[in-house]
Amino acid sequence: MLSDYFPLLIFVVVIVGFGVVAIVVPGFIGGHRPNAAADLAYESGIVPREGARRRFSVSFYLTAMLFIIFDVEAIFIYPWAVILKSLRWFGVAEMGVFVAILLVALIYIWAKGALEWGD
Amino acid sequence: MTEVVVVTLIKTAIILFALLTAFAYLTLFERVVQARLQARLGPNRVGPFGLLQPAADGVKLLFKETSGPATRDRFLYLAAPVLSLAVAFTAFTIVPVSGPTDLVVLGHRISWYVTNTNVGVLFYFALTSLGVYGIFLAGYASNSKYSLLGGLRSSAQMISYEMSLGLSLVPVFIVAGSFRLVDIVNAQRTWWFALPLLPAFIIYMIAGIAETNRAPFDLPEADTELVAGYHTEYGGMKFALFFMAEYINMVIVSSIATVMFLGGWWGPFGILPGPWWFLLKVVAVLFVYVWLRATLPRLRYDRLMQLGWKSLLPLSLAMMMATAVVVVAVQR
Repeated sequence: MLSDYFPLLIFVVVIVGFGVVAIVVPGFIGGHRPNAAADLAYESGIVPREGARRRFSVSFYLTAMLFIIFDVEAIFIYPWAVILKSLRWFGVAEMGVFVAILLVALIYIWAKGALEWGD
Repeated sequence: MTEVVVVTLIKTAIILFALLTAFAYLTLFERVVQARLQARLGPNRVGPFGLLQPAADGVKLLFKETSGPATRDRFLYLAAPVLSLAVAFTAFTIVPVSGPTDLVVLGHRISWYVTNTNVGVLFYFALTSLGVYGIFLAGYASNSKYSLLGGLRSSAQMISYEMSLGLSLVPVFIVAGSFRLVDIVNAQRTWWFALPLLPAFIIYMIAGIAETNRAPFDLPEADTELVAGYHTEYGGMKFALFFMAEYINMVIVSSIATVMFLGGWWGPFGILPGPWWFLLKVVAVLFVYVWLRATLPRLRYDRLMQLGWKSLLPLSLAMMMATAVVVVAVQR
């Protein structure tokens, strides 16, 4: 059971090592000419006047929250899918109720305008 | 124990080499196919038929000066590309490239995958969720407006399409009755799931293209408005790692599509060995990717999000319920 994941661990260690080497090595072999302009964030040639971490549209927060709600519900669907053949009509009926509740939630956020972007 | 370590290290080396080669030639493949679709010649100067172009690009990127905004978050700025890359590569560990019998080398039975966990495809979903972090952290750590906007757009897009991506595979789980990719391929010996489950296949491909941020859903890198999106402030090898992650993710989506819907290593009449069928199908799906990029214009951002939430999500739920009803109705 856990032994299924042991090869995975080896794989991840090797790949992360590869990534770190690929980032560190060019630092030594690439040229280096310090330049004040190169230290600025790129803004199409205009000198940046302030940092980038400012307020952004609330729609992104909304999307993230809706994603969590729907994705957690999707997690319940996966095990159901695998054993549906032994649950038969009982399983279909149960998931029908579950999806109906999910759809009510979707229709609600849709009607509330949470899926609209911009004004 | 030692045998497991040695075999896994060899497999890791092969996958690393194969995916890097696939990445290098996928960039060339994309440029040449797009050029031909637009009646141009495409890159043909470096080596015969331009075949050494990826090597030339790689050497150039390797010797680039490393620079970035002085106000960046230094640790996250470096961690983000490594995370993106590691997630992209790791997804390939669950993909069985051939079967159903193991490969026998010098008396050792060697499986055609790195790991065949019982959670199978769920592991792939977990990795696609982690992929969002690489992109968002890159946008945040750069401390640049283009990067932050690109990272935000990209993560919102990826999480929105992730649900449709996950739900579009539920019909396959219902029919195959397993999460293990090996079992799913074995269930397609006579019929590829793409035939009876065609709507699910189409939903999966749309969501997969959106998930990898490719045209026509390449909003995060909309170069006319966001320069290069989340990797605006990355250069040289650090940029190459993001580029690699993106192309390898395309290979992963194509591989998963092959395994889930196109019958994996099974081919008609048994005329070619399994791995060749697998490769052929993956290349066919990748061609569709490039074809779409050469054909379709980019979507507007609000349209993109509405397609994900208002169309693909209800459609994938409907497809799931329809499959459940049909499967139980025909069951003896």
